[in-house]
Amino acid sequence: MAIYLTKESKLLVQGMTGGEGMKHTRRMLAAGTDVVGGVNPRKAGRTVDFDDRAVPVFGSVYEGIEETGADVTVVFVPPAFAKAAVIEAADAGIALAVVITEGIPVHDSVAFTAYAQAKGTRIIGPNCPGLITPGQSNAGIIPADITKPGRIGLVSKSGTLTYQLMYELRDIGFSTCVGIGGDPVVGTTHIDCLAAFEDDPDTELIVMIGEIGGDAEERAAAYIRDHVTKPVVGYIAGFTAPEGRTMGHAGAIVSGSSGTAQAKKEALEAAGVQVGGTPTETAHLVLARLDTEHAGTAPNGTNPD
Amino acid sequence: MDLFEHQARELFAEYGILVPRAEVTDSPKEAREIARRLGGRVVVKAQVKTGGRGKAGGVKLAADPAATELTARQILGMDIKGHTVGKVMLAQPVDIEREFYVSYVLDRAAGHFLAIASAEGGMEIEEVAATRPEAVARIPVDPAEGVTAAKAAHIAEAAGLPPQAVDVLVRLWDVLVREDAVLVEVNPLVRTAQGQILALDGKVTLDDNAHFRQARWGDEAAAHDDPLEAAAAAKGLNYVKLDGEVGIIGNGAGLVMSTLDVVAGCGARPANFLDIGGGASAQIMADGLSVILSDPAVKSVFVNVFGGITACDAVADGIVQALETVQLTKPLVVRLDGNNAARGRAILDGHAHPLVQQATTMDGAARRAADLANAA
Repeated sequence: MAIYLTKESKLLVQGMTGGEGMKHTRRMLAAGTDVVGGVNPRKAGRTVDFDDRAVPVFGSVYEGIEETGADVTVVFVPPAFAKAAVIEAADAGIALAVVITEGIPVHDSVAFTAYAQAKGTRIIGPNCPGLITPGQSNAGIIPADITKPGRIGLVSKSGTLTYQLMYELRDIGFSTCVGIGGDPVVGTTHIDCLAAFEDDPDTELIVMIGEIGGDAEERAAAYIRDHVTKPVVGYIAGFTAPEGRTMGHAGAIVSGSSGTAQAKKEALEAAGVQVGGTPTETAHLVLARLDTEHAGTAPNGTNPD
Repeated sequence: MDLFEHQARELFAEYGILVPRAEVTDSPKEAREIARRLGGRVVVKAQVKTGGRGKAGGVKLAADPAATELTARQILGMDIKGHTVGKVMLAQPVDIEREFYVSYVLDRAAGHFLAIASAEGGMEIEEVAATRPEAVARIPVDPAEGVTAAKAAHIAEAAGLPPQAVDVLVRLWDVLVREDAVLVEVNPLVRTAQGQILALDGKVTLDDNAHFRQARWGDEAAAHDDPLEAAAAAKGLNYVKLDGEVGIIGNGAGLVMSTLDVVAGCGARPANFLDIGGGASAQIMADGLSVILSDPAVKSVFVNVFGGITACDAVADGIVQALETVQLTKPLVVRLDGNNAARGRAILDGHAHPLVQQATTMDGAARRAADLANAA
């Protein structure tokens, strides 16, 4: 079943005919994703050949949905045009818009996330690697060959840390991995994904990767304590990041006492989440937890002793 | 990117918000002239992008032009929390009757901007919010609506601001939206004895992502204090200078932050953050290595790459080519994992540079790089 994305998902790619769009559409198709069309008003009516599949280009998201029944769009358009692209997709009634584009002004993100929410469109991102349900579908730029289908659900702000954990746990495999993005404002939060994984019968354990900045992890910790019965293992990056300096992601900045890695780790641990000191240690915690789960022990927040 | 106070003041003035008369200079002699123009008595304010200036002695009242020159001489060059004072602003003193606080800040969790306002300005708003939360109004702003006159009236009423503040709230919202700011703060907003509402001090943080449509601040505001950061920025590298001795190169912001933590956990301090992104070409690797090796504090370098989309053999080729253009002077520990890792490792083995070592795990490589730095 997985979350948000399955083999039934039909994908449009906004910006498919650009360099990144072409490269990743090819990869998505190779991973078995049902990419049903691209969107580019200047190239409408053409088709683009990818290895063994010709993908039509539509003039608008609306037309793409009408013609194909698409329910997901992956957005690769440049930052200056991303807001218009997402609003167009929401107006057309798409269920899920995965915004890969990096460098979108925050006023634009604020505007399109609010707009999409009002229209009932879920946004993942912006500035994210997308999401993958291994063996079924891949919406974005996460490499499909790192891991296989399995029973771990993963939610992360970071792309490469996601890949690292997918790789370390490749023998167990994943239900769905969601990169929610490192920007200050994102459409889908850790909490949204935790709730979806909690309800997903294919997910047995959840890995949550966070980083400095904001208080999304603290909020997620409170949510886990109150609502998540499945085991959660966490990892937080940015313990050594200095206050007031942005570390690559626009959202990874600590101002004042809030948003530190230590505060996030403590909040998660207080909610019964085991937090690894390194990505590898985190993977080991997952393996150990799956072993004890199978031996039949306790859910979050309770002491296995 | 934060603006200096004098830049925020200029912006406010441009949007029709009243500000005190003021000028900026980097010269004590000129400060004396400015003081004369402004009527003799001025407030001398250090221009640094950090809080706590007053406590650090960076804000002083000077009674006359001669005292202004002396005070400016004291403050210019002063170190305030690691920031060197390069300029002072000289402002006409204001007869303050009452101080208020207003700002628009991004509420990340809610995904929209918040108006924060209080009739108790002047001090740290966090302090007021902590001790007397009822004295601070926090009102969400609908992104589609913005701050209209009616909305501003609602904010002012909730916070107990005088009616004249309504106009300031509307104009300040214009600053936020039209300048692509992620924070605008006026603290204090004052009512003078003459009944005017003035923005006495302000902070503006601009959105770096909006640079493509907001070019006006150009190089001055984006200038890096640190010469290594300036050199890295000139090469388009995503680099932050830190205080340690292990140079770090990695791909992806999250993985690089994690690498810093793992190195710190091994008992050494990271010298920098450097994210080379997905590409990891020979040029980027050479640029990154040359910046890191020019940092005299660096004792060892750790290259930590997980090949996701990037193939590790391409990264290894990049390292080998970089080593042809950059003179390696410190030991380099490389960890390649993921896509084509075995081929990448074989390329580096084949090259057999005496200062290059490989480790197969991130934790093992971090340990090695930390030990090398501590032994140097």
